[in-house]
Amino acid sequence: MIRFTDVIKTYDNGTEALKGISFSIEDGEFVFLVGPSGSGKSTIIKLLTGEIIPNDGRIMANGFSLSNIGEWQIPYMRRTIGTIFQDFRLIGKKTVYDNLSLAMRAVDAAPREVKNRIPYVLELVGLENKMNRYPDELSGGEQQRVAIARALVNNPATIVADEPTGNLDPGRSLEIMTLLERINALGTTVLVVTHEKELVNRLGKRIIMIDEGKVVSDGLGSYEV
Amino acid sequence: MFSHGFMSFAAIGITVACLLIMGTFSLVAVNANQNLKDLQKENAILAFVSDDLTDEQAQALHSQLSVVDNVSDCTFVSRQQARDEYVQKYDEDDLYSDLEAGIFRNRYVLHLTDPDQMKGTIEAVRGVSGIEKVRADEDISNGFVTLRNIASVISIALITILFVVSVFIISNTIKLTTFDRRDEIAIMKMVGATNGFIRWPFVFEGLLFGFCGAAVAFGLQWLLYEAVARGIANSDTLQLVSVVPFGNIWAPVAGVFAAAGIVIGVGGSLTAIRKFLQV
Repeated sequence: MIRFTDVIKTYDNGTEALKGISFSIEDGEFVFLVGPSGSGKSTIIKLLTGEIIPNDGRIMANGFSLSNIGEWQIPYMRRTIGTIFQDFRLIGKKTVYDNLSLAMRAVDAAPREVKNRIPYVLELVGLENKMNRYPDELSGGEQQRVAIARALVNNPATIVADEPTGNLDPGRSLEIMTLLERINALGTTVLVVTHEKELVNRLGKRIIMIDEGKVVSDGLGSYEV
Repeated sequence: MFSHGFMSFAAIGITVACLLIMGTFSLVAVNANQNLKDLQKENAILAFVSDDLTDEQAQALHSQLSVVDNVSDCTFVSRQQARDEYVQKYDEDDLYSDLEAGIFRNRYVLHLTDPDQMKGTIEAVRGVSGIEKVRADEDISNGFVTLRNIASVISIALITILFVVSVFIISNTIKLTTFDRRDEIAIMKMVGATNGFIRWPFVFEGLLFGFCGAAVAFGLQWLLYEAVARGIANSDTLQLVSVVPFGNIWAPVAGVFAAAGIVIGVGGSLTAIRKFLQV
């Protein structure tokens, strides 16, 4: 579960990114976080991944209190959240298998577990035949599916996707959203930050709209700007 | 690892230079100390007893001299013993065979615990009633003490400077490696790798740099030491200087080199990686 309560975040340069924001996401939910550029969406992602801490308010994520989390606890908190980015962030010099293996070895997974888990996750994202390919041998949609597989490989409770379709054409974007929907159906909480109005409206999920650091709407419905 | 050939070479090279200079000055200090100890054994203070005292009275001074501060041992030498030693030492042509013991004075041979305090000890011995004159080769002893102190100060200053330079260069070398792998580090951080897990390969790399540097420096130090020792042994003017055989000191030298190399390497790595872990 993710819960933001009256969260305020002001950066050192004086920018007020979040002005007392509150919302909660229950386990197993699929939520879109939408809003114009500079509305505070990225700040929410950074707060969720422990890159920054709030100035005030409380944040709970998967059993961790991020408002006063100890530095040593951050890696363990991050293991509960799989993150996906617009630019995929794959290691170009490593194969698909090795990209996933790095993510598993980074959290001390046993070699046998690595060997068993990676084919399963790649099958889930439809890339079981691309295990030994390098990222630049794959299309954009396939690269994003590798990034999703990497986010899933350590079996996190929540997937946070920051503009996951920003670099993809509409057809591939729908594929990615459908894949995230399928992952959500398997029990993983999914939070997607996006600008893609049509996709959001097509999936008919809960939408949290942010503007100028505040929640302006929260609920099922359509995304209109 | 070792992906930046020139910087890796520079890192190992600077470690070698640091350890070699550190080792050289330390070994000069060790030898100066050893020569000082040898000199201390040979360069005893001679305390001459007044002719006014009888042999028995002269021998009775032993109890007073042996308790003077910094006197490690005190040996009474009678006129006869002094005469016999003199004849044995200088009478090559049998000219002194009829030398009388009466022209020599009873004396004490005093060895010191700390040669640095020779001056004060001489004053204290002079203060003992019945001692007429004290003789000691203070200049030679002081020369060795000064040499040892200079070697120590230069060693410490150079070691400190070179240690910092070595850590800096190793740190920059590993920073380059780290920079190349910054995406990998960022992903590892993102998926929940601990700092210790990420740090370990870089620390290992630094440890290898340091250890390689230490091994090369030890070999060069050995060669250099043996060459200098041979030079001193073959020199007519440096016959008084004795050199501690490398075989007697190789183990502590190797230990110190290995430890210093590892500290430099690991210290450099930890400094380099710190910035990249702050995500």
